[in-house]
Amino acid sequence: MSQFDLMRTPVETAAMNTPLLDVRGLSIALPPGADRPLAVDDLTFTLNPDEILCVVGESGSGKSMTAHAMMGLLPAPHVRVAGGSLLFKGKDVLAMPEAEQRSLRGGRIAMVFQEPMTALNPLMRVGRQIGESLREHTALPAPARRARVVELLAQVGLPNPAELAEAYPFRLSGGQRQRVMIAMALACQPDILIADEPTTALDVTTQKQILDLIRSIQAERHMGMMFITHDFGVVAEIAHRVAVMRHGKLVEYGAASDVLNRPQHPYTRQLIASVPHYIEHRDDHAKTGAPLLVADKVRKIFHVGGGLFKKSKEVIAGDDLSLTIHPGETVGLVGESGSGKSTLGRSIVGLIKPDSGRILFEGTDLLALDRKGFRPYRRAVQMVFQDPYASLNPRHRVGDIVAQGPVAFGEDRTRALTRARELLAMVGLDGSAADRFPHEFSGGQRQRIGIARALAMEPKLLVADEPVSALDVSVQGQVLELLDDIRRRLNLAMLFITHDLRVAAQVCDTIAVMRRGRIVEMGTAREVFTHPRDAYTRSLLDAIPGKSWHIPDDLQKIPAGAH
Amino acid sequence: MIKSDFWRAFVRNKGAVLGLVILIAIVVLAAFASVFFPGDPWEMATAPFQPPLSEDALLGSDMLGRDIASGIAHGARVSLLIGLTSTAAALAIGVTLGALAGFHGGKVDDAIMRFTELFQTIPNFVLAVVLVAIFTPSLTTIVAAIAIVSWPPLARLARAEFLSLRSREFVQAAITTGQSNTTIILRQILPNSLSPIIVSASLMVATAILLESSLSFLGLGDPNAMSWGYMIGAARTVIRQAWWMSVFPGLAIVLTVLALNLVGEGLNDALNPKLARSRG
Repeated sequence: MSQFDLMRTPVETAAMNTPLLDVRGLSIALPPGADRPLAVDDLTFTLNPDEILCVVGESGSGKSMTAHAMMGLLPAPHVRVAGGSLLFKGKDVLAMPEAEQRSLRGGRIAMVFQEPMTALNPLMRVGRQIGESLREHTALPAPARRARVVELLAQVGLPNPAELAEAYPFRLSGGQRQRVMIAMALACQPDILIADEPTTALDVTTQKQILDLIRSIQAERHMGMMFITHDFGVVAEIAHRVAVMRHGKLVEYGAASDVLNRPQHPYTRQLIASVPHYIEHRDDHAKTGAPLLVADKVRKIFHVGGGLFKKSKEVIAGDDLSLTIHPGETVGLVGESGSGKSTLGRSIVGLIKPDSGRILFEGTDLLALDRKGFRPYRRAVQMVFQDPYASLNPRHRVGDIVAQGPVAFGEDRTRALTRARELLAMVGLDGSAADRFPHEFSGGQRQRIGIARALAMEPKLLVADEPVSALDVSVQGQVLELLDDIRRRLNLAMLFITHDLRVAAQVCDTIAVMRRGRIVEMGTAREVFTHPRDAYTRSLLDAIPGKSWHIPDDLQKIPAGAH
Repeated sequence: MIKSDFWRAFVRNKGAVLGLVILIAIVVLAAFASVFFPGDPWEMATAPFQPPLSEDALLGSDMLGRDIASGIAHGARVSLLIGLTSTAAALAIGVTLGALAGFHGGKVDDAIMRFTELFQTIPNFVLAVVLVAIFTPSLTTIVAAIAIVSWPPLARLARAEFLSLRSREFVQAAITTGQSNTTIILRQILPNSLSPIIVSASLMVATAILLESSLSFLGLGDPNAMSWGYMIGAARTVIRQAWWMSVFPGLAIVLTVLALNLVGEGLNDALNPKLARSRG
């Protein structure tokens, strides 16, 4: 019973036509020695004209492999189609001769990739890159092609299309590049558009714009669209039908309103339950005692480029940033990329020296201290890093990684190692973990090791810099729960840096919203979510994908403060 | 298990295995030179100008009747000794300076790199000749001269590795957990930057052997140590009458340098994680 059901176009009308794409029993084999024999196992689904099919799954679910098989992008000969058929308008693509397949790809079936930064050739003007596929697939003469390119760029909502066609990709922002990619895919008016996580690398507000664009283009041209994503928020935003994949198998397949509101398969239910969301009934944090940390007008300017005779460019990463954290409080620092949120976090742990301002920890100004004076405070302020793959030294055993900090502060090595084992158990890893190397662990497990390393120092304040952004949704949920649990048990204060308001909503008591090096709004999570004061906060909230979708009640998180 | 992975990748490169076999043969020859060829290689052993496969001299004798085979065996000692010690010395200077420059960055980096460039602007060989000529030729001065001219590329390599690893999150984590700079450099960064350094060091041994031979050829070798370069240098005046005098020591140099290069390439394949991954 949500407003969501009303938004959808009826799927039945589309299903009456012959399917545009009919995937029957598709299996893709992985090379021997891989973690499983089949990347995609007996996959069957159809894509109708004028329909957006969202393929949802976590990393390794085989969702991208399916798209790549369609586009002939499988890394042959290691990975190959082992069985089944891919019917495009009734004809099997896999059985076609190579030349026919080629004319299909880029012509009738087009694809948009995840990384707009690497999907464009950096040495080729944008207009020529779009013109390539026109030259390949149509008989248009050069002037007509140029006109068509400008028209396409205008259609994807780019300003000054004629001028932009002459630009090189590095001049464009991420969102603009993704628009160019879409224009390129649309060039030959394809019947099917495959989009492989096209908004994952973008900021939320840009993501919203691109999703709007994709939806309107799809509706206008009545294309069939296969949209690959891991985010159920995005699914709720655009899908007509949903296919959920896990370990190469299709686990649930149906109309969007059914899958989103009445998910059947336990895995789908688990995925939807781990979509981060604002918890309504959370109590405000009771601020008691003196503040633990006060950042007072912290200012940091980075100098970019420059040389002996050239003046460097100034980038203001922090402009009079002020922030207060009380003991036991979790403060969320939310902002898009380049807003300076990490700069503030790194200034607090002492990795960056700000140009001016004060950072008071229990009344002592950390910035006024020299190396030696700062050292005792290193223990008190610890950091959890973003990338679980880069934040652990690949050549050290996990036990050593956790114990190194205390040992550096003079603790006995055997004692520190015993303590490391206890901490690893506390973050949910078994005893043998201490003797193994980081590469034997998954991303989520590595992030737990990173948390154990920070806790080994017995800190009072934990700075977590995007600790879950590199993880799959379900793992993300587990790590967030662990952080929440630990800070309650140890009464830790936490500065939680994230680009995702939904994640902040789930774990933070107080939220500070940053934009271009400034904090534009700071208040309790409840205030920020229900009565945002700043226009930018409102636009961020508005950009949250799937905000009009009400997560089924039985899958909602239990409010953290309610028990 | 990391070790066996390394071996599998190394053995996959057939050239590297061949190089390793040649290299081991040369090391054995050098180690047992006085067993195979007792007596001083400088002593007259047979009649002068004996061609190869003659009775007393398998590879012939030189104009003073010294056994060429004995000279090659004893010369292998000098070549390997100088190649290894001078590379070790170059590693010590280069990696230390490069590590400091890369780790500290800023002014320290500027100062160290300008100093490095100073050495790079002077041609290697000319500098080596000048150094040896000033400090009278001996094993020590030759090793020192070769080390002094060969460390700059190692310093630049170590610096590049340290610069990129310095900003990795595990190094930043080490900083926030209060580990000292020395610990971070030695325990966190150095082990991770070692692979490319080992590879270029293995190639540098080959270069050092060539440099030593060139110095000896010019008469700037240690006068007390038999060396391949000296043998070629001495034989160059009679090359038309007695080709064996210069060809066999020349072959020894070629084989050693080739073996070292093959082994270096194999190490590169085995230690480079990108290549290692693509084999699976």
